[in-house]
Amino acid sequence: MVSATSDGLVLGQSALKLIVAGGFGVGKTTMVGAVSEIPPLRTEELLTEAGAGIDDITGVDRKTTTTVALDFGRITVNPELVLYLFGTPGQERFWFMWDELAAGALGAVVLADTRRLDSCFPAVDFFEHRDIPFVLAVNCFDGSPRYPVEQVRDALDIGARVPIMHCDVRSRESSKEVLVTLLEHLVHRAEVSALT
Amino acid sequence: MAEDSWFDEDAGPLVRPFALTRGRTRPGRYDLDMITLVVAIGSPRESGREPEYARILAACQHPVSVAEVSATVDLPLVVVKVLLSDLIERGELLFRSPPRDVSPQTDRVVLQAVLDGVRNL
Repeated sequence: MVSATSDGLVLGQSALKLIVAGGFGVGKTTMVGAVSEIPPLRTEELLTEAGAGIDDITGVDRKTTTTVALDFGRITVNPELVLYLFGTPGQERFWFMWDELAAGALGAVVLADTRRLDSCFPAVDFFEHRDIPFVLAVNCFDGSPRYPVEQVRDALDIGARVPIMHCDVRSRESSKEVLVTLLEHLVHRAEVSALT
Repeated sequence: MAEDSWFDEDAGPLVRPFALTRGRTRPGRYDLDMITLVVAIGSPRESGREPEYARILAACQHPVSVAEVSATVDLPLVVVKVLLSDLIERGELLFRSPPRDVSPQTDRVVLQAVLDGVRNL
């Protein structure tokens, strides 16, 4: 299997990715678009009989071809590094896509909606079980109740080390702040683990 | 040889492949991820064959991810991965896979670089 560089001299860039997860309609694509240097792009994956992950949809008795859409954006970090931000599929039953998305991801933003706090539970569970670092960002919709961060932490039973913050996904600065918080969390984790 | 006399090469394909990938669902021996970066070596005009390959080469004139190619040419990831593999096989495309294992120790410097880059947005 050829998995390394076919010609590192010419293709001197590397790509990394972060995941933006959360329940349906919580603002994942809006956040991706707020910080991306390109308008969010949409790619599609086919779930077919022969497709990967067919084993994961146990209980489905009819074999069909389904399209799963993924929205993503790009941030050129520096000439050598490109960061991609992938929103998880809106339909949460497509868990097999989450596995492909999560493979090699640096970390994740879990977006929460205070009107439906429990809609972020599946994402929190997913990243906790795979030990993928994440931050929880509570998107403040107009008129939605604004609970103190610690109250959200208690309500969702989120560990003390996971950063929790409020945000407005429509704002570039606010969305950027969420990414900065996630990346600071990742750097901190890396420093701690280098010491031990 | 008798079969070959049915048509010559100039005639082009008489029947389009029933599917762009001719039924293949796996990207051959190349390990292509959705953020594997690809870049065309030649120009799409040099690739005088199926339009899908030319469109893909046109989308890869600068390094882009497999996901971007898929979005640009409006084909599902699984199809694009197979077609990209063909182009890599033919030496018309270079690729670079993302690091397989993102371990904190090895990537502290990288993480700091990403943090600095995002702060400066």
